[in-house]
Amino acid sequence: MNQPGDFLIISFILVSIGIYGLVVKRNALRLIFSIELIANGVNLTLATFSRMVSNPQGQIFVLFSIAISAAEVAVGLGIIIIAYRFYKDIDITEYKNLKN
Amino acid sequence: MVDGIFIALSIITIGSAIVTLESREILYGGIALAISMLGIAGYFIILDAPFVAMFQIAVYVGAVAVLIIFTVMLVRSPNTVTKRETNKKKIVGMLISIVFLALVIPLIGNSVNKQFSFTNTNLPSVDIKEIGKELLTYYSPVLITLALVLAGSIIGALALARREDIEEKNESTW
Repeated sequence: MNQPGDFLIISFILVSIGIYGLVVKRNALRLIFSIELIANGVNLTLATFSRMVSNPQGQIFVLFSIAISAAEVAVGLGIIIIAYRFYKDIDITEYKNLKN
Repeated sequence: MVDGIFIALSIITIGSAIVTLESREILYGGIALAISMLGIAGYFIILDAPFVAMFQIAVYVGAVAVLIIFTVMLVRSPNTVTKRETNKKKIVGMLISIVFLALVIPLIGNSVNKQFSFTNTNLPSVDIKEIGKELLTYYSPVLITLALVLAGSIIGALALARREDIEEKNESTW
């Protein structure tokens, strides 16, 4: 039988991989990947706590969080596309000024 | 103790999370991200949350991953591996993530494993009916706000990605 701590360890490993990506990577799409990994780890934590105390609120917050991050990805990818149009690159060190 | 399904899911999820960040071609990174999200959905099924797992597959694997893969195809950059990603930066990043893990994993050992376990308490799993009831009564304002946020962000993304130069040309030819 799996214990809650095992799920929490998996989610913490996911969050730490996401932190590593945010620190190291300079590609805008990889940064979005890292943010998604962190969001997934947090969702797993919420679901685990919801099962642990047998309360539906954790699962409801996971649903809200998934919807919010879908909206966030849509806006983020829109920003990446518009920045690519200006700079012909998605490396964030190339983005010296965001004002056209 | 953990069972075999859990170990297999862990290998799939964490392995593809690493591939997401370290793959040479960014398109394979997007596909690996989708696989990692599928692994998370498997965890939700183990945790007796089938509705959340369905939502995760529908929204993340169905919508977000496909959107990301299309964007990757759209903004194909000449070199995906940048030279600014030095070894020094990599070591710093690994150090930060390892320090984070070393800080939080003892917390689980101290608090969670002693107080909570699925076998000792044996609480019933959450019913889907209860989730629906909560969503439509106590959390209904949040649901409406969330719908407006989603609509607003999609319209904002459309307005961001619009190409004004092409549109002006079309208007002048009319």
